[in-house]
Amino acid sequence: MSTATAEAAVQLIGIGKAFAGVQALRDVSLTASAGAVTGLVGENGAGKTTLLKILAGVYKPDRGRIALGGVPASFNDPAAAQAAGIAIIHQEVNVLPHLSVAENIYLSHLPRRGPFVDWPRLRDDCAAVLDNLRVKLDPETPVGELSLARQQMVEIARAIAQHARILAMDEPTASLSSEEVAILFSTIRQLTAEGVTVIFVSHRLEEVFEIADPIAVLRDGQMVGTMPRAQATTERVIELMVGRPIDRQFPKEVAEVGPVVLEVEHLSTEQLLRDVSLTVHRGEVVGLAGLVGAGRTELARAIFGVDRLSAGSIRIQGREVRIGSPADAIRLGIGFVPEDRKRSGLLLRFPLYANHTLPSLRRFVRSGRVVKRLETSAFQRWTKELSIHARDALEEARDLSGGNQQKVVLAKWLELSPQLLILDEPTRGIDVGAKVEIYDIMNRLVKSGTAILMISSDLPEVLGMSDRIVVMHEGRITGEFARGAAREQVMEAAIA
Amino acid sequence: MIGKSSLIKPRLQVESELAPSRTASVLAKAVRAALSYGLLLGLVAIALILASVSPTFLTRTNLLNVALQASVVAVMAFGETFVILTAGIDLSVGSVLGLTGVVMASTTNHFGTPLGILTGLALGAMLGTVSGLFITQAKMAPFIATLAMLAIGRGLTYVFTNGQPILVHSPTFNFFGQGSVVDVPVPVILMFAIFAVCWVILTQTRFGRYVLAIGGNPEVTRLSGIPIRRYVTMVYALTGLLAAVGGLILTARLGTGDPNGGIGYELDVIAAVVIGGTSLAGGRGSVFRTLLGALIMAVVANGLVLLNVNPFWSQAVRGCIILVAVLADSVQRKSWYE
Repeated sequence: MSTATAEAAVQLIGIGKAFAGVQALRDVSLTASAGAVTGLVGENGAGKTTLLKILAGVYKPDRGRIALGGVPASFNDPAAAQAAGIAIIHQEVNVLPHLSVAENIYLSHLPRRGPFVDWPRLRDDCAAVLDNLRVKLDPETPVGELSLARQQMVEIARAIAQHARILAMDEPTASLSSEEVAILFSTIRQLTAEGVTVIFVSHRLEEVFEIADPIAVLRDGQMVGTMPRAQATTERVIELMVGRPIDRQFPKEVAEVGPVVLEVEHLSTEQLLRDVSLTVHRGEVVGLAGLVGAGRTELARAIFGVDRLSAGSIRIQGREVRIGSPADAIRLGIGFVPEDRKRSGLLLRFPLYANHTLPSLRRFVRSGRVVKRLETSAFQRWTKELSIHARDALEEARDLSGGNQQKVVLAKWLELSPQLLILDEPTRGIDVGAKVEIYDIMNRLVKSGTAILMISSDLPEVLGMSDRIVVMHEGRITGEFARGAAREQVMEAAIA
Repeated sequence: MIGKSSLIKPRLQVESELAPSRTASVLAKAVRAALSYGLLLGLVAIALILASVSPTFLTRTNLLNVALQASVVAVMAFGETFVILTAGIDLSVGSVLGLTGVVMASTTNHFGTPLGILTGLALGAMLGTVSGLFITQAKMAPFIATLAMLAIGRGLTYVFTNGQPILVHSPTFNFFGQGSVVDVPVPVILMFAIFAVCWVILTQTRFGRYVLAIGGNPEVTRLSGIPIRRYVTMVYALTGLLAAVGGLILTARLGTGDPNGGIGYELDVIAAVVIGGTSLAGGRGSVFRTLLGALIMAVVANGLVLLNVNPFWSQAVRGCIILVAVLADSVQRKSWYE
């Protein structure tokens, strides 16, 4: 298998695939060379995941062919693709948290002595694989105790232990901090140095530019461009992805800043937060930057009454308040768009109108009964206001794209006209076009006097959309910057 | 070398990038619609078969008898539907029936019917509240908390009665089990009345919407400002209350507070809810379908009697109904072990 060191390790040629009459991929060709990282970008629905699934043997293409090292290949099922040395690393880690690193890596083929597991050999084999990857991990640690990035390393090690020579990574950095991304990238470089072929799919263009060469762009199921990194610019790639030039990635409009809405003073929690003080004014976007685990989400949860404070005070419009539950926070005019919309933002199997009215249901009650007609018409109003693309108010939330789902979560809070809106990773996992729409909504909100506290791990987004930037590190505030701060300053404060 | 562990299989993501998920969900909706009809059709089909083989089945007396047989389980199952919609379970309903039944019998004998019934219903709601508080405040699994309540309730029933049945002397009390209004037995009237109230609560009120939302995703519901602990506690209180109504009907029918009353009923109650298609994972289901579930069980039991089938068969047949009903629902879902 290691003889497959020819230039083109993987060739997908003229791939076409339709689902129920919808053409998902049309004549897509992609070549990935051994020892290189091929970047694949495109908006949601462009067909990236479908393409990876065809490579992995999950779907069979309607037309086109696959060649590995110049030799035609065809996979009837995922096992066949695996046997050919192809492994896919998904966005969400896929590990057994209670089993050790070694067991996770070798689960499907544990070394045996007779009917029993050969534990010493398992440990040694595992140590060898990890060593080879230059990953420092104890084979006996339960995987659940590791950080997300380390868990991802375990997945990669598993693929390598199974002799994968072609690694396709689907949004592997989506839930990693920038430090962890750096660790992942050094592992990827280690792999390519050994001749492994990597296909890297991501929304984050910066990262694609950093790790991948060449870069291929998919749009609406078609390959619209492949270019060496040297020729790729953000503007050009985005234009290819979206199909039209985006004038500004961050269309920030500065609004008039009014009096203080939220004042947090010396706030601490049992778990993480230490002496956090912060203000947000009317008409202002305060960006909360920091590494994953810095305590930004915890701060949002404390303000929203989810986690209990151990010290400190919160004032809303100058009045000291005690927020013991989300219900209290909502009464005080606070809205919270959580970072994981599928887990904490939406009832996926419920109709859109029911999602929309959940926090404000009281308003749709007439003489003791919830009036569905009022609910659907309220939701319809917001579909126009925020240009939510949905069939109707009865559609289930899970059937919408990420961007539209996020707008539904926004709409459910806007229905209550909050004076303070906390947005936790408001554009994570949504495509460029939808991002700009979310930014436009934020502009309109601050113009009408809403105060916004925006948590984001996307540094360009924080720099581009905030009026003020507050940086956290290990539960404390380590820096505050006015709009226009340099990236390096913010990074420095985040690492502190 | 390479095993078939599902671990290393590229997972099919729940949300595909593509349209098929939408097509699939339209299809699932069609299947679901057919199924909710299917339940009704199933009931009608069973009834037609029984009508064709037994001339007595379709008589007014027999049909009312079927409804009467269904009433206790149905009333309790309406409450259980709410619990199951929150993704919980209440195993204690049979014991709550037993305890409230004997307490009602005794208090009615001492203080008269109104006070007797009120005491029983209040006790039922209270027992439910206690389970609910253990679940929401002490964070116990519903299965465990209500399993404990099942044992405690039955134990207290035996302590209270010393194991002896309590004869009820009040004809007013017994009217709730033995009486009828325009020839319709009171328990049947109670069953339909309580069904109507539960249907309104579940489909027309905020309480109902919150119950569904909690079952759909408690985290989302909590972050939307709904005090979910309070609502879940109220749901268990409601189940306890309706179990006490079951206690009222059964005790009044027998004219006796039976310390063994309601033993094993939790299984029939849960079966009615499950046959109705309410998801044990919470968030989806309806009390109408629970009513159908309870009626199907009663019709089949009645049919076995009419056809002179050895009564020992009835348990096995009930099990088969559960399998068939749930099979129709599970074919559209992925296996538990996939």
